Amino acid sequence: MTTLAEYRTSRELFNNLALRELRSKYKRSFLGWAWSLVNPLANTLVYTVLFGVLFHAQPPNGGPSHLKVYALYLLCALLPWNFFQAGVMGSVGSLVGNGNLIKKTYFPRELLPASTIGAALVSHLIEMGLLLVVLLAFGDYWALEWLPMTVVLIFIITVFGLGVGLFFSVLNVYFRDIEHFLGIFFLLWLYATPVVYPTNLVSRHHFPGTHINALRILEINPMTEMASQFRATMFYGGAPDWKAVLYLAAWAFGALAVGLRVFNRMEGRLAEEL
Amino acid sequence: MSDPAVVADHVSKKFRLFKEKNNSLKATIMRGRRVVAEDFWAVKDVSFEVPKGEAFGLIGENGSGKSTMLKCLTRIYRPESGRIGINGKVSALLELGAGFHPELSGRENVFLNGAILGLSQKELRQRFDAIVDFAGIGKFIDEPVKNYSSGMYVRLGFSVAINVDPEVLLVDEVLAVGDEAFQRKCNEKFADLKADGKTIILVSHAMSAVQNMCDRVAWFEHGELKEVGDAREVIEHYTGSVQVERDVDESGRPHWGSGEGQITRAELIGAEGEVVERLVTGAPGRIRLHYEMHEPVAQPVFSMYLSTINGQPVSGPNSRAYECVPDKLDGRGYVDLCMDEVRLLPGTYDLTPLITDITMMKVLDQRQNLLRFDVERGGLLREDWGVTTLSPRWEITPGS
Repeated sequence: MTTLAEYRTSRELFNNLALRELRSKYKRSFLGWAWSLVNPLANTLVYTVLFGVLFHAQPPNGGPSHLKVYALYLLCALLPWNFFQAGVMGSVGSLVGNGNLIKKTYFPRELLPASTIGAALVSHLIEMGLLLVVLLAFGDYWALEWLPMTVVLIFIITVFGLGVGLFFSVLNVYFRDIEHFLGIFFLLWLYATPVVYPTNLVSRHHFPGTHINALRILEINPMTEMASQFRATMFYGGAPDWKAVLYLAAWAFGALAVGLRVFNRMEGRLAEEL
Repeated sequence: MSDPAVVADHVSKKFRLFKEKNNSLKATIMRGRRVVAEDFWAVKDVSFEVPKGEAFGLIGENGSGKSTMLKCLTRIYRPESGRIGINGKVSALLELGAGFHPELSGRENVFLNGAILGLSQKELRQRFDAIVDFAGIGKFIDEPVKNYSSGMYVRLGFSVAINVDPEVLLVDEVLAVGDEAFQRKCNEKFADLKADGKTIILVSHAMSAVQNMCDRVAWFEHGELKEVGDAREVIEHYTGSVQVERDVDESGRPHWGSGEGQITRAELIGAEGEVVERLVTGAPGRIRLHYEMHEPVAQPVFSMYLSTINGQPVSGPNSRAYECVPDKLDGRGYVDLCMDEVRLLPGTYDLTPLITDITMMKVLDQRQNLLRFDVERGGLLREDWGVTTLSPRWEITPGS
């Protein structure tokens, strides 16, 4: 049934829904758009004090940028993480939140979670743009040549978020507490990913009675690689690990395939369940 | 032209009636199951075809499946089995302004709602002025819609939906919104669309609207298609069946009341004293009730309640108020409500006649909606707004 015309109207509707998300988010607030920057800044402040000052965390050396600032090291991974979390959490609530739209109008339902991610992506790109300006000001050597790879990484994390978001958004209609579980899950996931702390701070000791240490857990977590690749191109200004990028792309498109499949299987009765 | 615009081919839609529904993961795990449900077939094996350019009505009692059918046509519901085919661009009016976001302005919402209905930004920019104009929103268009009155909200929603310029329009009971003037505008718009050869499918309880607009009608009963055919014919059968059921439902017998006397039938009498099918606005007319008293009844009072077919009361004269109370009536006879000039405006009305005692507390017989009749446009008609005329005179005094 997906004709060219349907694709065109879907794209228009996607833009409109994303725009609605962006407009309504900061409407009637004093600082407006600035809020989307205040949050990561506050986060950065807290984590910098906690890890940079109290735990003396140092960004590991390497890369042509010679940057040493912990706050920037943090932001290079924290901003993508925040985008991922906000995108997934937003899209998970998008179907339940737009119940009236689903019950009274027809359009491809995927557009609701997708446009939520799209709106989060717009905020993310603005944040990353500002971060880039700051990085250029601080680094004594900075090659813009790896900037396109950052764009590729952003694309990969968007696809990953879309897959995860599609999967949980439709499940959330049937089990409304998934949203709350996910909130806790993301908190744990953040600390199981070297975002706010560098890997060199992680203990190498095996857990008692096993051959597993904390690094092993970080390794099986795809977001660990995501964080280090974002740092490789943004913070260190060098080439990403190509194998790691492929590995991340596989995760992302795998998640999208599963998410779409589950979504299509379960979307048939959305209007009744809402 | 013989190409059908809408095809429903053996469509069935099942709902699950939940006895237990665990909407959370926690409850599902604790109870060991998500739902305990029974199947309920809201639409059973329904097939019909609507040719291009036809106005097609879906009628039936509440819960008969007509709205579910419409939602299947709009793809909001996915039917369990069967096939639905629609040729051309579809616009559905299920709830007006359904996609409006309260915080956003009217302008932003027009673009959003239009996109949901399948319009491109370019098309929307072209039609924007027409949309705002038709809705009569004016300068409020840049206000957030949460500040709109419910009338403005609905008008804007309708205006967007109708300006989508669909080839197939699916409408659910939304005609009954807004004030009288806006309703008339809507009806004109529907007539225009019909004249332009658009296909319209209408779900409604208002038989007058269905009869006025639709060429053919499908009558749903308990999820199944009972009859499809010419609008007038099917509506007659449908109203006939509802009539009988209603009388039986209320009392278990066709008459309600203590039964010493009964109203046997009602008819309309024209200007020349002949039995007629319909009354004419502005012309003389009578409503005649035939009664039969099974025993002598002292001081009976006759009442006639007139309502529109939507149930809106119009008038309810009784013979006591007009000091026309006989000491005693027995056997058969008839009572006339005489009008020198019928003041009902053109439309369809329901008559509920009653016989009571002089206190009007004891009902001898009441026949709910015994007669449904039309009032026709007559030569003397000077008004078309509302249901009745005050037969006024006008005086203008300039320069005071």
